[in-house]
Order: sequence, then structure tokens, then C-alpha cells
Amino acid sequence: MKKLLFACALFCILITLGIVLVLLSEAVLFFEEVPLLDFITGTIWAPMFEPKSFGVLPLVCGTFLITCGAAIIGLPSGLGVGLFLNDFAPNWLRSIIKPVLEILAGIPTVVYGYFALTVVTPLLQRMSPSVEVFNAASAAMVVGVMVLPMVASLCDDAIRAVPRSIKEAGYALGATKCEVALQVTVPSALSGIVASFILAISRAFGETMAVTLAAGSTPKLTLNPFESVQTLTAYIAQVSTGDTPQGSLEYKSIFAVGMLLLVVTLFFNMLAYYLVKRFRTVTE
Amino acid sequence: MVTGNTNMSGNGQRSFDPSPPYALEARDVNVSYGTSRAVLDVNLKIPEHTIVALIGPSGCGKSTLLRSFNRMNDFVRGAKVTGEILFRDSNIYDKAADPVLLRRQIGMVFQKPNPFPTSIRKNITWGPKINGYQGDYAALVETSLRRAALWDEVSGKLDESGLALSGGQQQRLCIARAIAMDPDVILMDEPCSALDPSSTLKIENLLLELKERFTIVIVTHNMQQARRVSDYTAFMYQGELVEFGPTDGVFETPQQELTRDYVSGRFG
Ligand SMILES: Nc1ncnc2c1ncn2[C@@H]1O[C@H](COP(=O)(O)OP(=O)(O)OP(=O)(O)O)[C@@H](O)[C@H]1O
Ligand SMILES: [Mg+2]
Repeated sequence: MKKLLFACALFCILITLGIVLVLLSEAVLFFEEVPLLDFITGTIWAPMFEPKSFGVLPLVCGTFLITCGAAIIGLPSGLGVGLFLNDFAPNWLRSIIKPVLEILAGIPTVVYGYFALTVVTPLLQRMSPSVEVFNAASAAMVVGVMVLPMVASLCDDAIRAVPRSIKEAGYALGATKCEVALQVTVPSALSGIVASFILAISRAFGETMAVTLAAGSTPKLTLNPFESVQTLTAYIAQVSTGDTPQGSLEYKSIFAVGMLLLVVTLFFNMLAYYLVKRFRTVTE
Repeated sequence: MVTGNTNMSGNGQRSFDPSPPYALEARDVNVSYGTSRAVLDVNLKIPEHTIVALIGPSGCGKSTLLRSFNRMNDFVRGAKVTGEILFRDSNIYDKAADPVLLRRQIGMVFQKPNPFPTSIRKNITWGPKINGYQGDYAALVETSLRRAALWDEVSGKLDESGLALSGGQQQRLCIARAIAMDPDVILMDEPCSALDPSSTLKIENLLLELKERFTIVIVTHNMQQARRVSDYTAFMYQGELVEFGPTDGVFETPQQELTRDYVSGRFG
């Protein structure tokens, strides 16, 4: 039994190592042809056209735009739902909201993408005709909604763990429910809340399907959310599903982009770990 | 100062009327949780600037009664209060009464020290701040901590976490936090039960000083403590107020058999 469990753990480690190694080796081949500095600081991403250019900033910018937009929408509303569930919602409402959140979390991401394309974008276009068919805003909105259930449920857990006695101390000093929720409960649950935020950002950052469908595949260095952009993940999806010959430079480029994704995601996870530890020492 | 009239009624019940003015007056107060009734027809007058002890066996409704004085039961699902509690001449359960405002005037100290997980200073200033206190915060912190007999121990580390203090210090911080609001009444629910004897003694001495400025209602399981600090004692049993009177009387010449058994330690 012990051996079996050990084998499982070993499997896990080997797979991780394997993925990192494959990514690395292919990325190294890529960087033999495209200097790392050009990759990181270049502002034009044109792998399919001549002259080829592999400046990753447009992809980073598209990813940034959508991740930020999703965060602006998903994080506060997720926290709000978490607070509402704990301190404001009567039991019957809570018993409706919880399953609804679970359904929301269970919707396949491709459906979100489709929804963005067929519902959100037309709505945006009705407000302003300059909105393109593929645009970052609609992608950011649906990704924000996509991460909301996760943020809400993690915040709900974090907030529920706040000792009742501390909230009562707040009420007993003549604080309103809102004052207690925002000034006592939230700071006390901060480590959990921050962790949920970072996980959500990390998820939005890595989201592929919905953004490919909704934001399109136009690598562009822009901060205008109503234009079409391409994200790091969408680029990988595009190349992987196309008929790019193996061994070509485009083919290798997805490993470089994948490497970048991995590094950033790793950074997020470490940040979450560090912040959770820091806040924990403050609140305990 | 203990004054009032004892009236003997026909059936040997002793009802005691302390002299006015009263800080709080409970009239036919009943509290129930769902279908179970925790406090039954309690009538109690709490004179200003005195310490009133609530004693009685576990589960008799002391905390429930205490928490009905500042409407903390509002936060308990299923809790229902009927009857009247008069504070400053009006019923705090009136439709028009504002419980948030009430809790600014009636402070509370809990059984387990529950400082906010922030600095000592912010623990004191938070309440006044949300209530729009305009005065000098540094002075407020100092006087509150002095009145809570904690200043000398923490004056050098006001920006350190309140949770880094010992249990007894934390409880005095909670008292300081309540004092900082300058309430009329401070309700205390077994404030010393989690503390060692020397911290307990400090808090008891503190209470005796505080009653110059505040009216204090304290729940305690500790009979000696009730005798040492309180002017009046109310003995509750199974939700009813069995006996109320000057502390010496309740302990030395209890009128009810139940009271006699309880204060002599025969059950509890
Ligand atoms: N939140 C609640 N929900 C339901 N019943 C409760 C609740 N709080 C208290 N009760 C019940 O009300 C009765 C009185 O409880 P209360 O806490 O007032 O007693 P107490 O005198 O303070 O006891 P102790 O000395 O153990 O603190 C008990 O029977 C208890 O089970
Ligand atoms: Mg109690």
C-alpha cells in the first residue's frame, strides 16, 4: 500500500518534471533562433507573415487586458457574494444562491465563449458601434463571471472561519452590519480572500477557450478593450489546432509562450503562498 | 451605595425595589429561542452607578438576559424578546428604537477576550471612529487604557498587535475598548472566567473604580466574585429571576430556599 501511494506521488513529480523538460528543450531551440531579449521586449507578434517577428508583448498585453478586466468584474463581486451569503442573506436565500453558484462553476468554458460572442458582444455593439466582433471586453466579462463562483465560495469559507466573537465585538461597539462586514470581517479573513483573488487571477490568466472565441486572434498592442486581441493561451491554441509543421519556428514558439505562462503562473502561486503566510501572522 | 425597599408579599415572595434612578429596567421580559424559552417574565431594576451581579446555574438564562439589554440577541437566529426594557426612559425594543445607537451607549465585555486582530491603538479607536468621534484620539487611547488599568503595561507598544497581550491584558483591552465609547452601562458576561487569579483580582478592583462613571451588570459563576464586587445580586434559576436584592442580603439571608441552596454551594 505504502509503495503504491509512493508511486502515485512519484508519478506526479515525474509528470511535472517531464512537462517542464519538454517545454524547456523546445523553448531552448526557439531561443536559438530568436534572441530572448527580442522575444520579451518586441512589440510585434507576426509568426505567420514575412518578415516573421516574435515580440511577445502584444500577447502579454492582450492577456493583461483580459485578466485585469476579469479581475475588476469577478473579484469584488465574488467577495460581495461571499459577504452577503454569510452576514446578510437569510437562510432561504443562501440555499438558493449556493447551488446557483455551483451551476455557474460547472458551465463549460466554451459555452462562456459562445455566450460572449452571441450575447455580450451584440449588447456592447448596441451601446457603441465601434465595438469589434471579437473584443477583449466581452472576453473579460465572461471570464470575470467564470471566476466569480470560485472567488465567492473561497471567500465564503474564509469569512465563515472568522470567529463570531470578533464580529460581536464590532456590533457591541455600535457598528452597523456593513461596518462590521467591511472593517472587521474582511480584514480578519484577508488571507483567505487574497488567496482566492490570486487563484482567480491565475485562472483568468490561463483561461483559453472563452478568450479564443470571444477576443479573437489578432495580436495587438492595445489597451482598448473594444478591439480584438490575442492572449498567450489563445495563440497556443491557434497554432496547436492549425496545420503548423512540426519543427518550424512557429511550432517552437508555442513552447516559448508556454514557458512564459508557466513562469507567470508559478509566480502567482508563490505570491499567493507568501501573502497567505504574511497575513496569517498578522491576524493570529 | 445600596438603598431601596423590600416588600414582603403574602406568599413570602420578596420583591426588592432599589431606589431610583435606574440605568436599566426590565419589565416582564421573556426571551425564547424558537420554541424553547430561556428567560421568563423577568422584572429587574438596575440602579445607576452600581454593580449588579447576575448569578445562577449554567443554562439558567443569565447570558440571554444580559444580551437582551443591548439587543445582541438580534443577531441570534430564532431569538425573540417580548416585554419592555427601559433605557433612558424609552423601551429599547420599540419599533422606532435604533439598536446600533443603543449599543454605543451600552457597552459589552465578553467571556472570552476578543480583541480585534489589529494594533492596541486601533482596538481602542475603532469604535469611536465609526461613530464619528471628533476629539483627540491619542488622549482617548491614553485615558481609556488608564481607566482599564492597562496603560502602564502597554504605553510603549500601542502599535503592536492586541493579540500579542496576555489573556488578562487582552480582557482589560476589551474593557478599555468599551470604555472608550463612554457608554452609560457596561455589560459583562463572565469577564474573568478565562483568566488567572491575579488578572481576575486586577479586573475586580478595576470594576470598583469604574462604577463611579458607569453602571455595570456582570454575569459571574464565581460566588466570591459576586460578593466582592457587586452591590446588588440577582439569582436566576431556569429562566426565572428567583431573588434580587442587596448582595449582602442575598448571600447572608436569602429568602428563597433555591437561593439558599445555590449560594451555599449545594448545587450549581
Ligand atoms: N443561540 C441559542 N439558540 C438556542 N438556544 C439557546 C441559544 N443560546 C442559549 N440557548 C438556550 O437558552 C438557555 C439559556 O442560555 P444562556 O446562555 O442564557 O445560559 P447562561 O445562564 O448564560 O449559562 P452559562 O452559565 O452556561 O453561560 C439554555 O437552555 C440554552 O440552551
Ligand atoms: Mg452564559
